[in-house]
Amino acid sequence: MTTADRLTEPAPAPRTARPAKRGAGPAVRRRPRTVRSGRRRRRAVALLYLLPALLPYTLFAVLPLLHTAYLSLFDWDGVTLPSFVGVDNYRRIGTDPQLRAAAWHAGALILFFSVLPICVGLVSAAIVSRRAGRRGTALVRTVLFLPQVIPLVAVGILWRWVYGEDGTLNQALRTVGLGGLTDAWLGSFTWALPAVGLIGTWVVSGLCMVLFLSGTQRIDQEIYEAARMDGAGPVREFTAITVPLLRPEFAIALSITVIAALSSFDLIYITTGGGPGNSTVVPGILIYRLAFGGGAVGVASALAIVLTVVISLAVLVINRLSREAP
Amino acid sequence: MTSTTSPASTTRAVTGRLAAPLVLALFMAAVLVPFASLLLASLQPAGAPLTGFALPDGLHFENFSRAWSAAGFGTLLRSSVVIALCVVPAAVVCATLAGYALATLEVPGRGRLYAYLLLGLSIPTEGTIIPLYYDMRALGLTNTVPGLALAEIGAFMPFGVFWMRAHFATMPRSLIEAARLDGASSWATLWRILLPSSRPAVTTLGVLYFVWSWNQFLLPLILIQDPARRTAPAGLGFFTGQYGVDVPLLAAATLIVIAPVVLVYLFFQRHFISGVLSGALKG
Repeated sequence: MTTADRLTEPAPAPRTARPAKRGAGPAVRRRPRTVRSGRRRRRAVALLYLLPALLPYTLFAVLPLLHTAYLSLFDWDGVTLPSFVGVDNYRRIGTDPQLRAAAWHAGALILFFSVLPICVGLVSAAIVSRRAGRRGTALVRTVLFLPQVIPLVAVGILWRWVYGEDGTLNQALRTVGLGGLTDAWLGSFTWALPAVGLIGTWVVSGLCMVLFLSGTQRIDQEIYEAARMDGAGPVREFTAITVPLLRPEFAIALSITVIAALSSFDLIYITTGGGPGNSTVVPGILIYRLAFGGGAVGVASALAIVLTVVISLAVLVINRLSREAP
Repeated sequence: MTSTTSPASTTRAVTGRLAAPLVLALFMAAVLVPFASLLLASLQPAGAPLTGFALPDGLHFENFSRAWSAAGFGTLLRSSVVIALCVVPAAVVCATLAGYALATLEVPGRGRLYAYLLLGLSIPTEGTIIPLYYDMRALGLTNTVPGLALAEIGAFMPFGVFWMRAHFATMPRSLIEAARLDGASSWATLWRILLPSSRPAVTTLGVLYFVWSWNQFLLPLILIQDPARRTAPAGLGFFTGQYGVDVPLLAAATLIVIAPVVLVYLFFQRHFISGVLSGALKG
């Protein structure tokens, strides 16, 4: 069973009838208890096991989210008294050009954080999985996964150096005689967004490849052999067998990368801060700016709610689609 | 590729054999070049004009000691360690208890409670950070270790419960039933029967939690306003704004901040990769 299935089908294991005998379970007492009170006690004890998880989750994740929804209905600068404005903050998200730009950029980042890494991961996994003998595979996995492990702040600093005016990329361009193409990549209105996006591709591609590799190992080799007998070439094998059979891995990869694209804050904060101008501003950056610098807590909250809803819907749709028959 | 022996298929086999290592080498280079570039920058003399990929004229390790003491990264690392030491054991224990209950015990409203916990998998930090800041400030919890630790434990809980429930659900039911019939309490069943064979699952969760706690950026940035008490990545973010021009110092500081998490990763890499692959919706 794959994660995606497990995530969307949280149906618990079938309730097996428990041995309701006296003396079974924790209710061993000198005086025999009735079956019913033993059951009630067991259920209460089971809840006690859940409490340590439910408490911090409710107090520090669910209630804050509800509080954000509440704050989103007010005009508040964080200091003076808030005033109720209803859905005005949400209406502003639809009309304010800066807020709309953020939504647009988040959508564009999906291309770099999801589509591109999944393509790269799929093609490379297909090539690698055909490789006879698996010497060095462990090393490859370890290295390609590395960007997934280090803090995104550090990733940002790494790439600020690569993209800098005296950085590695411009140096490479000059070396191969393309000095005319050099640019201050992260400071360019045209290039900043793709440049930041490609950092995302760099971070996520290895994860996608490793994910698809482990998926292809699951596929029965006999299917490939049968296809080859029917005269299928590598390309046909890839489109007719590998891609459809990797559906579950697709769903996981898409879920992870879409969340990463939509809630990209760390990377943008470090590399461009949303600039130049507003050319790389994303919802996370705007929420941070508006709530903790701009004194517009209500609008920031509305944006945070919209972001949360969009992410939840995206994950839901992805998992739905992945379960439908091809 | 053994079904035919025509020259065309032999050529294809040869290119296939060459293509794989080539693609892999290219990808590995793409991952490693930025790291190498930063490492070389960190070894340059302070204040020297730098360009990209350049060999330093000597190994100037003093950038690391400058970053450690003058720029305060020793202190930042310590607070990151303290936070991780609070968050990881507490979150692992809570998630284990809940996962065990959801997988094996008779929890009233089990399906709904589990769905409620799983909802948290798609709550981004942006969705909770604004009230967390204002409410924790009202409670006097901003700038404190418990404040940040509790926020992280709350955020990490859905994945942990999901992970441990999936693990306990795969354990043979007969084992649990047998323990019950022998009169073992649910507590004893967990501690004496199930946990001893759950080490890999628990370790994976612990490693993932450590990496997430270490890498967490937005929560410490907002909840710890005092720059000296921040965690290492948040401190690095602040430092970039202040001293972004001293590239060797910044490079050394960055390497100091990523070293612990890379070491943990290399040591536990099998656990880490399998953990992320089989379910990190919240990577």
